[in-house]
Amino acid sequence: MNAILPFAVNFALACFALAMLCALIRLLRGPAAQDRILALDTLYINGMLTILMLGIGFGAAIYFDIALLIALFGFVGSTALAKFLLRGEVIEP
Amino acid sequence: MTAADVPLWAALPAALLLVCGGLLTVVGSLGLLRLDSFYARIHAPTMGGTLGAGCVLLASMLVSTALAQRPVVHELLITLFILITAPVTTMLLMRAAILRSQE
Amino acid sequence: MKRRPRVPLLPVVLAMVWLLFNDSLSAGHILLGVVFALLVSATVRRLRPLPAWPRRLHVAVGLIWHVFVDIVRSNIGVGRVILGTTRRQPSIGFLRIPLDLRDPHGLAMLAIIITGTPGTVWAGHDAASNVLTLHILDLKDEETWIRTIKNSYERPLMEIFE
Repeated sequence: MNAILPFAVNFALACFALAMLCALIRLLRGPAAQDRILALDTLYINGMLTILMLGIGFGAAIYFDIALLIALFGFVGSTALAKFLLRGEVIEP
Repeated sequence: MTAADVPLWAALPAALLLVCGGLLTVVGSLGLLRLDSFYARIHAPTMGGTLGAGCVLLASMLVSTALAQRPVVHELLITLFILITAPVTTMLLMRAAILRSQE
Repeated sequence: MKRRPRVPLLPVVLAMVWLLFNDSLSAGHILLGVVFALLVSATVRRLRPLPAWPRRLHVAVGLIWHVFVDIVRSNIGVGRVILGTTRRQPSIGFLRIPLDLRDPHGLAMLAIIITGTPGTVWAGHDAASNVLTLHILDLKDEETWIRTIKNSYERPLMEIFE
């Protein structure tokens, strides 16, 4: 009926793609390891938002569960990497 | 039922929120490229992580409420989770950077 | 303060998370959520010896509103720094703030609030002297930052948790 919401969804998708590209360049270039982990952290949040955007665009509820899983596993992954930088090992005895 | 079928009372604020969230996220990630030291860069993605994600999740809540014709609030779960966990990673990275610069 | 009946926070939050996750308010899900929440909090009690007892929840409403306003304002500030409307690299720096808050849950909330606000990151806390180290993106005047942290975040958290 109205074209305003599809336009906004496409605009936001383009924004997130650009943001993921920025994070990817930083991930490949980043001088130190903490730069790369920061870029990875940004990348997973942007990917989760992209999935949510697809969910709005297609009007399907299943994308919510995918986004929740990406949020969960992204947090675990980047925290484990950051912890590794901090201590040299992930699980301490 | 796709995005074009959403009634106008939900589509208008949702579109506004989506545009705001997209712009905030892209500015935050641009900061990863433009700022020149790690200590400045660590502040940039917080923009997309807090207000950007909040805008998008609020818009998603509005749209799914309008499509299902009943209040759907389970996006609050992701919002809470992101709000609690994103700072944890940032804090650990900050402390790791301080530790590595001292060595 | 000991006599007032207190609600343990963890089972209530877990039951609400269960209902949110299943997106329903039917009697079966409420029953299942309560059972799940009680089981998990009984299991976790052994791991976490410090239960949280927040009080004066009306203070928390004001705190959440204040944090929201600050997040919006500092998003605009950090966005202006990134887009370069000020045409200079920001003056980044560390700031040390002596705290009065001692409760571990209050300190955790303070850490999340400070790091969740763009422009400030929690960089360390010395447990012996109770001094907080902050990293700030646009460090112009230190007095304003110290006053903001102590008045608008630390005082409500002390009222809630201590």
